[in-house]
Amino acid sequence: MFKYFEPNKIFAITSKAPKYVLFLFVVVLVIGLSEALFLSPEDYKQSDAVRIMYVHVPAAWISLGIFSSLAFLSVGSFVFKNKNFALISKSLAPSGFVFNIVALITGSIWGKPTWGTWWAWDARITSMLILALFYGMYLLAWRIYEDKEQVIKITSMIAILGAINVPIIKYSVDWWNTLHQMPSINVLSNTSVHISMLIPLGIMTAAFALFSLLIFLMKYNTELIKVKNKGLDRL
Amino acid sequence: MINDVILMNGYGAYVWSAFSFTLISFTTLYFVTKAQLLKEQKRFASKFGSLNEQQARTASLQNINREILLNTSKI
Repeated sequence: MFKYFEPNKIFAITSKAPKYVLFLFVVVLVIGLSEALFLSPEDYKQSDAVRIMYVHVPAAWISLGIFSSLAFLSVGSFVFKNKNFALISKSLAPSGFVFNIVALITGSIWGKPTWGTWWAWDARITSMLILALFYGMYLLAWRIYEDKEQVIKITSMIAILGAINVPIIKYSVDWWNTLHQMPSINVLSNTSVHISMLIPLGIMTAAFALFSLLIFLMKYNTELIKVKNKGLDRL
Repeated sequence: MINDVILMNGYGAYVWSAFSFTLISFTTLYFVTKAQLLKEQKRFASKFGSLNEQQARTASLQNINREILLNTSKI
């Protein structure tokens, strides 16, 4: 099955896709920003401060989603001994890290008007900071180690160990008393967020997902060309 | 009207700084990634240019090498 996803076969697609993804991202982002900043209603309690949700929540969701993907791909890399999994993981990590930092900083900015503090060592915020440390270690390992076999093993271990933190982040607000609010959006049960706020949240999430796809494609192409550069040296 | 949008009921500084930080982070990541891609494409083109005829013919047999060169020529 994996032969269809070999870099040599998919490069023709991944090299052309970024310009279309960039166009789509800009369109969706402009619509999302208009909704989030101007058209969506203010909250009855938080007033206009609620608008920070439209960047904070999608960034947190996508950083968690990308780290979960890193863990799955790392398990796949161990099981199937497929080096392309490691290449995909390496290309996904930078955008996941940036989304994590965006979630932490925008959360801190949102915390000041709503909680009266920029930072609190509560379970949700601390576990998100730990996730950022795992992302940092993951990216650093790719820079430090030169031996390919060794770096794939080390980064896979970091991703699998870090994945333990993902459910902790998700359930931290249920397991501990935290400043962070309880989950308002639930796929399986009723959500407490009004549709007028869910629509901009959905559009901004789509825009952020498109941006992570764009960065992934560009980074993946860079990594493939690096591999081919080494191939030319061997000729 | 414009004042309402800028001030956002007194939360303007928080809202605008959160959105600005996000957009600046995205722009920086995009241009850093783009620069890395261009650097590798140029390296590939220069290495390919220094190959002899036989090596260039062998390298051209791979579709991916031809695709990279095609994209590099558009830079």
